[in-house]
Amino acid sequence: MKKFMNSADDFLKESLQGFGAAHQDIVNCHYDPNFITRATPTKEGKVALISGGGSGHEPMHGGLVGYGMLDAACPGFVFSSPTPDQMLAAAEKVDSGAGVLFIVKNYSGDVMNFQMAAEMMQGPNESVLTNDDVAVEDSSFTTGRRGVAATVVVEKIVGSLAEHGGSLQECKALGDKVNKNSGSMGVAFSSCTVPAAGKPNFDIGDDEMEFGVGIHGEPGRRRDKMKSAQEITNELLEAINEDLKPEANEEILLFVNGMGGTPLTELYLIYDNAKNMLDKKNIKISRSLVGNYCTSLEMQGASITLTKLDEELLKHWDSSVHTAAMRWGV
Amino acid sequence: MSVNFLIHSAKEIQAVIDANASEIEKLDQEIGDGDHIFNVQRGIKLVIELEAVIKDLPMSKALNQIAMKVLSGIGGSSGALFGTLFMTMAKGNDIDNGVDYKKAIEIFADGVEAVKQRGKADVGEKTMMDVLIPVSNCLKKGVEDNKDVKEILKEAIEVAEKAMFSTKDLLATKGRASFLGERAKGHIDPGARSSQLMIKTVCESVLNS
Repeated sequence: MKKFMNSADDFLKESLQGFGAAHQDIVNCHYDPNFITRATPTKEGKVALISGGGSGHEPMHGGLVGYGMLDAACPGFVFSSPTPDQMLAAAEKVDSGAGVLFIVKNYSGDVMNFQMAAEMMQGPNESVLTNDDVAVEDSSFTTGRRGVAATVVVEKIVGSLAEHGGSLQECKALGDKVNKNSGSMGVAFSSCTVPAAGKPNFDIGDDEMEFGVGIHGEPGRRRDKMKSAQEITNELLEAINEDLKPEANEEILLFVNGMGGTPLTELYLIYDNAKNMLDKKNIKISRSLVGNYCTSLEMQGASITLTKLDEELLKHWDSSVHTAAMRWGV
Repeated sequence: MSVNFLIHSAKEIQAVIDANASEIEKLDQEIGDGDHIFNVQRGIKLVIELEAVIKDLPMSKALNQIAMKVLSGIGGSSGALFGTLFMTMAKGNDIDNGVDYKKAIEIFADGVEAVKQRGKADVGEKTMMDVLIPVSNCLKKGVEDNKDVKEILKEAIEVAEKAMFSTKDLLATKGRASFLGERAKGHIDPGARSSQLMIKTVCESVLNS
């Protein structure tokens, strides 16, 4: 394992300290329990948005704290859910009285811990559970689809509604809607190494890829031989389209997300290839996002997310945002 | 069951888990994400470190402290599930006036039931519940049948081992391994293995005392 680290025990703390210092105009980092809030207090009457999850997916979620998006984020250990004490401390800090909306990715650990926090919390709260990953079958016999990169889209759009006075119920409803309007699928070329583990999470051959991979390197649909970018992109989009069923001329957001170890050069190449295919199907790409937003440490790979956009979603996507990882309109 | 017994058991469990750490880690890397062993090791260490704080506390308070420590210190599913187990045990009726083996079994069974609700998992889903539920049932049945405590514990050890091996041929429908579908078959569930080791250790500790 080669990583920039001094010790596995201090890995998360030092990274958080650096994040807090680098973006002190936007965020405040709090420790023991760990949580990140905006540098300025929540304005009165505004619903507070709190998300969280295991670390190792940066910039999600800490990098999405700031004006127009989250009020707080709770980072767990690498690839491990945060805990109720973090969520309760964060909620106490950012709840201005209008309630707290938890945005949770559908992974068992995250769901259970956020549920316990919600049970222990005094004030009004709701949760939006994201489950955009079409790689995993959604049925009553599985934990269900995973929440992956579309969580970023949910946080942006609901963040805008909350900023513009949306109530707790309205924010929850919009979050559910964005999630329902989104589909994602990813592919990995390499594994990733959790610092405390010291060795790669899974083995993968030089000529292989994991198709439908999750954001912790956990397996997806199948192990395949490497293919051309256009072929991979087509297969990812076909799987998403099959699920999302965008209609001809429907407006969508095309989000090409890097898993951490794939250069932007390749992400833009995927964007080009995705555009080729979507153009052929007359699906209108009206908004784009390309970059590393929902990562899996140093894993080589990428995911594609499509979100169907209507007027309401477009408005909230376009509104100003000022976070460490996303910044426009300000 | 005393608070001292809890601390003593945690120390014994630590030794056993450490001795089997690489096996559990490997099982988790095959069908999970490889973090289970670190969560378990961190949790046990935190409980042992509580010794000075809890050794003179009444049982309910000691169990509650363990629950909060496990919940906040482990994270992930393990933290929530083990936290729920101890939090429920702490609510046991009249446990501050002594916990005999019947009481211990009663609160453990209540705890397992709460964990089942929290994780929404039952037997046959390739999780630690495949071990915890049959063990809990076996212990309760032993008490109902008025069996000797040593006999009950020996049975529990056997039930736990058989249940652990049974996860090998199961399809996972809960937790990370559920994303694997058919590919999870042929692997023992790491949570079932760590739970089985813990149960075996605690039961043997009582048998040898």
